Amino acid sequence: MIRFDYARPSDVAEAVRDGAGDHVAYLAGGTNLIDLMKENVARPLEVVDINRLPLARITDLDDGGLRLGALATNADTAYDERVQARYPLLASAILAGASPQLRNAATNGGNLNQRTRCYYFYDVDTPCNKRVPGQGCGAIGGVNRIHAILGASDRCIATHPSDMCVALAALKAQVQVTGLEGDRAIAFDDYHRLPGDEPWRDNNLKQGELVTAIDLPAEDFSTNYTYLKLRDRLSYAFALVSVAVAMRLEEGRIADVRIALGGVAHKPWRRIEAEEAIKNERPSDTVFDTAASALLAGAVGQGDNSFKIGLAHKAIVRALNQAAAGTPQSQTDKRIR
Amino acid sequence: MNDAVTIDREAAVRVAARPIATLPLSLTINGEARELQVEPWTTLLDLLRDKLDLTGTKKGCDHGQCGACTVLIDGRRINSCLKLAVSVDGAEITTIEGLGQPGELHPLQAAFIEHDAFQCGYCTPGQICSAQGLINEGHAKDRQDVREQMSGNLCRCGAYTNIADAVLEVMEKQA
Amino acid sequence: MNAPHKVGIGTPLARVDGADKVTGRAKYAAEYAVPDLLYGVAVPARIARGRIASIDDAAARAVPGVVEVMTHENRPKQAWLDHSWKDELSIPGDPFKALHDDRVLFAGQPVALVVAETFEAARFAAGLVEIDYEVEAHNVDFDTSLAEKFLPPKGMRRNTYHPPKARGDADAAFDAAALKVSGDYRLATEHHNPMEMHASTVEWHGDGKITVYDKVQGSQNTQGYLAGAFKLSKKDVRVVNAYVGGGFGSGLRPQWQVQLATMGAILLERSVRVVMTRQQMFYHAHRPECTYEIRLGAEHTGKLTSIYGDATTSTSRFENNMEDIVTWGMMNYDCPNAEGHYTIAPRDTYTSADMRAPGAATGMALFEIAIDEMAYEAKVDPLEFRMVNYSETEAMNQVPFTSKALREAYREGAERFGWAERSPEPRSMKEGRELVGWGVATGMWDAQFSKTSARARLSANGDLEVASASSDIGTGTYTVMTQVAADTLGLSPDRITARLGDSDLPTAPVEGGSWAAASTGAAVQLACRSVAEKLFKAADEVENRPLWGAKSIDDLDFVNGEMVLKSDTTKRVSLTDAMRAGGLDVIEVEETAKPGLFDMVSMARKARNTHSAVFVEVRVDEVLDQVRVTRVVNAVAAGRIINPRTARSQILGGVVMGIGMALHEETFIDATLGRWMNHNYAEYHVPAHADIEDIDVIFVDEPDPEVTPLGVKGLGEIGIVGTAAAVANAIFHATGKRIRSLPITIDKLLEVAP
Repeated sequence: MIRFDYARPSDVAEAVRDGAGDHVAYLAGGTNLIDLMKENVARPLEVVDINRLPLARITDLDDGGLRLGALATNADTAYDERVQARYPLLASAILAGASPQLRNAATNGGNLNQRTRCYYFYDVDTPCNKRVPGQGCGAIGGVNRIHAILGASDRCIATHPSDMCVALAALKAQVQVTGLEGDRAIAFDDYHRLPGDEPWRDNNLKQGELVTAIDLPAEDFSTNYTYLKLRDRLSYAFALVSVAVAMRLEEGRIADVRIALGGVAHKPWRRIEAEEAIKNERPSDTVFDTAASALLAGAVGQGDNSFKIGLAHKAIVRALNQAAAGTPQSQTDKRIR
Repeated sequence: MNDAVTIDREAAVRVAARPIATLPLSLTINGEARELQVEPWTTLLDLLRDKLDLTGTKKGCDHGQCGACTVLIDGRRINSCLKLAVSVDGAEITTIEGLGQPGELHPLQAAFIEHDAFQCGYCTPGQICSAQGLINEGHAKDRQDVREQMSGNLCRCGAYTNIADAVLEVMEKQA
Repeated sequence: MNAPHKVGIGTPLARVDGADKVTGRAKYAAEYAVPDLLYGVAVPARIARGRIASIDDAAARAVPGVVEVMTHENRPKQAWLDHSWKDELSIPGDPFKALHDDRVLFAGQPVALVVAETFEAARFAAGLVEIDYEVEAHNVDFDTSLAEKFLPPKGMRRNTYHPPKARGDADAAFDAAALKVSGDYRLATEHHNPMEMHASTVEWHGDGKITVYDKVQGSQNTQGYLAGAFKLSKKDVRVVNAYVGGGFGSGLRPQWQVQLATMGAILLERSVRVVMTRQQMFYHAHRPECTYEIRLGAEHTGKLTSIYGDATTSTSRFENNMEDIVTWGMMNYDCPNAEGHYTIAPRDTYTSADMRAPGAATGMALFEIAIDEMAYEAKVDPLEFRMVNYSETEAMNQVPFTSKALREAYREGAERFGWAERSPEPRSMKEGRELVGWGVATGMWDAQFSKTSARARLSANGDLEVASASSDIGTGTYTVMTQVAADTLGLSPDRITARLGDSDLPTAPVEGGSWAAASTGAAVQLACRSVAEKLFKAADEVENRPLWGAKSIDDLDFVNGEMVLKSDTTKRVSLTDAMRAGGLDVIEVEETAKPGLFDMVSMARKARNTHSAVFVEVRVDEVLDQVRVTRVVNAVAAGRIINPRTARSQILGGVVMGIGMALHEETFIDATLGRWMNHNYAEYHVPAHADIEDIDVIFVDEPDPEVTPLGVKGLGEIGIVGTAAAVANAIFHATGKRIRSLPITIDKLLEVAP
């Protein structure tokens, strides 16, 4: 772990000033940053500890939505009564991830900004374009069981490891950020990036910008939803494939639906065409099959991870069934409903 | 901020020789107030083990992937390996040493012995602190809940079923 | 007559080290507070094979707090001859010598040790050491390495290796067989991953002596090894391993962190601690990868007519690690024709090593999958199939067993599991969207015994200390020693202190191979019997000679701190009275239990084995192939059980690791880079709480006075053997998908059409 200067600002303006320079990292829960610093993957020269900023509250928005403070922990968010009642998809996704200890420390802002679990990214003795631009990608042609099947580039096939973000994508959350240039909101689909030619950029935050909150819109997906996660062991493992579904049924037809995938791309994977394709349809395996095909169109396997294409297809169909039936996946009972 | 945290080696070497400035830190550990001076890159785990000789808290991976380092901060279980000590300034920390000692064992400690819920003992303090955290959280109602909510604590000796028995027994007694 | 209450062999005594472990007082290797301690952090090699061309440590040395950067260029003197680096369990080849020269033999090899006043400074500086290499071509890919597979010539084989002994004509019988099964079976590389990372704290006393707190499965093994490698006198090296946070074989041999810590202490004449990182834990011992070609022939009735096996396991280029893979099936089944072959294949990694039930866990698991296939081929219930081919004798060497209650294990296990309710057809049992499958497999391991000494010391107040340089890696040795002593001398366990894990104590071997309980237990019993003899003699001095008439201690019961005449239980003398009467302040004796001392052990050659029958229920999602192991019954025949509580835990642990072997554990290697890639607990999956549901353990009655002095066969390994196969067989029963390659991950199931 590199040596760094440590600052602990007490208000947001001060934090943003502290965070403006080069080689600065904001420290919140630390569950990913400290891990990366120990591996010498992250080497900030200044760590700005933002834990004292007043950003830990969960508050109702005037329009009926909910604002999740960036520093509210994943656990406090998942167990918040309003989240449980109004956004059970989000609660479920959070509880599918990590461990209770990690969720007690990890924050919502940090969850968005956690970095990939790619083996090569994590091992500084291997090539990785995300870690060192231009160094090459070890995972392409290497060990890539956990890598992307969608939206990858010839520079990077890493995936975003979050569960929470997959639900946030399906819920069309907005990310509130602040920086020296002021505040702005970023639609969730625009928050994370595909690797393209700049795989070292995980998201569209500008340098020094700080996530302050995540806003959930006032939409009711509390009946027909699910978060289905498949992984190599039944808990405390990253997703091979996960599916978040938020659905609204009217008179037996799909009035609205959002489908987001985790574990398959550099960002939570959504495709509006896939969702539009099944709107106004009655739920059926055939209809869901259509959605899955549309969502996975163009998926490419890298060898070890090629199985994810078929797995994701089946998982999407099952998740849509769970949502339509109003039988969301339990994160405790591991039977897949 | 993604790219900002990756710097070249030369910059790292430049900072290598910088003098170390320690920071003041106030913690209450197992009920005892401590005034400390720590380097900012010292984790809570290393502070406990190397500086304060509280070696009951274990280092099993140092990356938040095993749970052996679990302690309670203000009653909540966290992985102490992923916390910079300075960032928990002012906190109240409970480690396994603070839960109970021979002769006055905490009910979980006694139940772990009774149910033989460990073998090598290395994950055990973390399991017990985690179980106390689980009970504090109050989200577990049955065995299935306990198994899921204890999944952040690996046990390579495979004492899982006995651990679940021990935790359930204490949970039910306290309910 | 009411038997007086007595803690003894067979009592489910709670672990005597339990309170220390649950309160955090138990000290492991990296936890001893040593004054003026330095911290060492190893720098691992980036390449898999080549030479170190240059080392730039200027930046590392510039870090405040850094004391030294130790490399092959400035390390202290160490022995040159490989012979000096041998340890008790060395295997043929050249033992790895850290910082010996500029050679890089495997990725992750420690090539420098940064030593600093704090762990943090050493960790930081280790990341600043810049090393240039001359890279040479490597191969780490097991399949590629098979081109170089070989059977080492005699003299270069591990002395634990048993060549398969053929019988009949397996080829001809296979050709003629009515039913045939043939296939290639595989096991991925696994890493032991004990929870405690390998660590050593070397305390420099300044008078030429060192105390080494080491994570190792045998203190005296490290002691002898360090003495040889660094030309030290054994008496100047004390090794302590009072608590060991798991081993599973990774600590059978001293690992490189103890080399580095000792070297650092010698160079700097200060105390040094080196702890491997979890990542570095992947750069040493691991269970070898295995490929195993199996051909079985059988009659329509299910009677086996031919067994053929040809296996290869991975090793390094510098040592010949070998396992017994193909012998287990040949030993276990009654079949007139059997033939086996075995080779090893070298690759540019660290040497593979013994991991829980080495050879058997692999060979038996893969063979038992093939056996299951043949049972379906023959349309015979898989349990019945095993009965049809049951062998009363050890079938490969044609010798009798000292005991074999496998039939009882099958029966009791089946009954507990409810096997009779099983529907024979694959995919025929279902609940909701899950296919339910029931599988069975057999386990087998050696019952071993190893020369061990123990000391017993009885004080005038009736407190007893028993001591041996044995180890307790979670196996319960402290408790076993206490119990055997309590049993022999009739003392309450709270009057007994068991000491182990210290090279100063009476000689004991490395703990492994499931021999510790039998061997240490026997030694403690011998020592305590010697104490009893002396007490008996002293009792003669007691007024009125209450024990008059007793010819030896065998005429006495030792119970509640007293010697009681068996023929008249009103006649008794307390141990403390006897000592007082005999004028004894203390009784101290040391005894050695060794094979050959007892007639039972020196009897004509017989096979000594534990057996098990493992029954598993899995539930597999019919579409998504997610597997859950919902129920396990492991019925074990392992002779006498000293402590049912800790014994059960041993089996539970073996089962959990077996489930990991079946479903989770696999270390991926990058062939181009020559590196293990998922070198952490997040991507190398061991079972978590959520993966483990209901495990039931049965110990079937198997009295066996012949096998070892206490009739104990050992339990450390048998729990894992058979478990993985039972899971695989249950998955087949559930899904109709036969996966011959472990672990059975979701991708493998998805690939196969039902």
